[in-house]
Amino acid sequence: MAKGEREKAGNDVPAGGFVQLLTPDGERIESATTADGTTYTVDFTDEEYRELYRDLVTVRRLDAEAVALQRQGELGIWASLLGQEAAQVGSGRALRSQDMAFPTYREHGVLYCRGIDPIMPFGLFRGVDQGGWDPNEFRFNTYTIVIGSQTLHATGYAMGITMDGKTGSADGEAVIAYFGDGATSQGEVNESFVWSGVFNAPIVFFCQNNQYAISEPLERQTRVPLYQRAAGYGFPGVRVDGNDVLASYAVTKAALDNARNGQGPTLIEAYTYRMGAHTSSDDPTRYRISSEVEAWKAKDPIARLKAFLAKQKVAGDDFFGEVDDTAGKLALDLRERVLAMPDPQPVAMFDNVYPNDSPELIKQRKAFEDYQASFEGSGH
Amino acid sequence: MAETINLGKALNHGLRRSLENDPKVVIMGEDVGKLGGVFRITDGLQKDFGENRVIDTPLAEAGIIGTAVGLAIRGYRPVCEIQFDGFVFPAYNQIVSQVAKMHYRSKGNVRLPIVIRIPFGGGIGAVEHHSESPEAYFSHTPGLKVVTCSNPADAYAMIQQAIASDDPIVFFEPKRRYWEKGEVDLDLPLDGAYPLHAARTARPGNDATLLAYGPMVKVALDAAAAAAEDGRDLEVIDLRSLSPIDYPVIFDSVKRTGRAIVVHEAPGNLGLGSEIAARITEECFYSLEAPVLRVTGYDIPYPAARAEEEYLPDLDRVLDAVDRSFGW
Repeated sequence: MAKGEREKAGNDVPAGGFVQLLTPDGERIESATTADGTTYTVDFTDEEYRELYRDLVTVRRLDAEAVALQRQGELGIWASLLGQEAAQVGSGRALRSQDMAFPTYREHGVLYCRGIDPIMPFGLFRGVDQGGWDPNEFRFNTYTIVIGSQTLHATGYAMGITMDGKTGSADGEAVIAYFGDGATSQGEVNESFVWSGVFNAPIVFFCQNNQYAISEPLERQTRVPLYQRAAGYGFPGVRVDGNDVLASYAVTKAALDNARNGQGPTLIEAYTYRMGAHTSSDDPTRYRISSEVEAWKAKDPIARLKAFLAKQKVAGDDFFGEVDDTAGKLALDLRERVLAMPDPQPVAMFDNVYPNDSPELIKQRKAFEDYQASFEGSGH
Repeated sequence: MAETINLGKALNHGLRRSLENDPKVVIMGEDVGKLGGVFRITDGLQKDFGENRVIDTPLAEAGIIGTAVGLAIRGYRPVCEIQFDGFVFPAYNQIVSQVAKMHYRSKGNVRLPIVIRIPFGGGIGAVEHHSESPEAYFSHTPGLKVVTCSNPADAYAMIQQAIASDDPIVFFEPKRRYWEKGEVDLDLPLDGAYPLHAARTARPGNDATLLAYGPMVKVALDAAAAAAEDGRDLEVIDLRSLSPIDYPVIFDSVKRTGRAIVVHEAPGNLGLGSEIAARITEECFYSLEAPVLRVTGYDIPYPAARAEEEYLPDLDRVLDAVDRSFGW
């Protein structure tokens, strides 16, 4: 479908266009070809379409449960992914088991698509630990809170893949690094672009441009569309409709395959919108108007896939109802397990500072234990 | 096979042996490959181990440390060279927020066996940012260990021990001592070497304790030799490990001598000497004949090269402090 026709369908395409395979009103576009001649499409079975829908609904429902838990005082903070489900599910489902993901603190949807128990990051947000999982077991690094730092970790890891000889074939390994529009201003992110370029690292930079870095709009971070920056580092950049799960999948899969085949990095700008607050501590009404939020609501990632499934008779109300019910049960189960999370033993704060410990720390731990024990039986 | 070599060459031999012993060890930094580093510490290593083991990196210190984190998660043991002390700060974020905390964050699941080599200290007539002593910043950071060597034999053993350790280690090299020679046993087995995080008595004595590390150990030893001519028997302790500090060795000495003087190039305000003085006061209070004194750099940015001789602690300033201690 030509660009003009898509615009006619009430489609709000950013200047310069993006890769889109499913319009906001659920029209399937057969394929999309970018200015550099790359053509993207997907070839899903009905069942695969339905499972993508289930993923989207599930990650949104779990996210809503987390927001509620935070509001009820059960989480210290929560970074909601609302509105970014398609970017996360599309890219997350494009990953293969051997690939490695480096998330920010908002990639709950990617985590879910990696087959990881969604409770895993709740220790961090509830305040019982700082994350605490094994990146190599789950092929999913710990959440990184300092903006952009993980892009360098991802780059180093990708260099290691090359050094291990695990690129250059269809079964090679690849890395995906997640970050946001704000992070693109960080020096470390730009260093990761430089390094990945000169070492031809097997990495996909997946930027979820959700239009805001807390309160600051995209215009405060860049004068050019973010995907165009890739040219300056010598690798391809592509913008995709981040609210379109099909396009997000297609673009990410192609970029990952290029990486695993030894063709180096790609920058993907997933053009999307953060429908909620930056975190539960934020108040977006102070910096954006409701009409903008409403306009993006019309481009909702789930509504468009639902419309497509219904129109194509791939799924009906029974299926949609069952997906909602199942997601609701998962959310309830998640809630119960979050509430059952034990508080950490205070003395455990001394654990895992060093692999080889430290005599000074051993002494401090002992003094702490003695101090705590001194209150036993004293009524404190 | 004992050889007389300088400290820089001892580091070079130690790095070579680490590369030979473990295929996961990689060296990375600016100009470490063909050039062999601006101080030639990595001289010849890229030629013998290849560009994948000795990596000339882009000119970006945060990138060096940040990619080392990723390589370590992948199972490598990166040895990063920061070209000069004053150039470490672009990487400070990665070192303090990532290298130091990832083991803790991951509940011990991630180990980052990264060594960050930093030539430090003054005395070489350099321009700004090339003569600093930033060890306190890193010693203050839980999750990092910090060591420094003062002589070729320690340089050879300690760099290998640091690389073999699973802890992230900032390894400070006393750049003005790179050319000081000493005897090194190149066949020394690592498990027979003096422990990495142990202080060592560099000169035994009974009348006062001089505590020094890195480039200042030589100054302290010279001062002790001069004091001996005046009949004062000074003990010199080479701290070697700055985090953790090997306090039992210090306390044993000070309880015997009753006097302690800490010497370092870094500014005195909140420097390592401050912490050491506090700890000695807590542990050796009834043994002290005088307050713990410090001989340090002044609380100013490192001065221009033609003034640095007056800034750096030297034999006379150390002896002056010894006099003050005895005069208490």
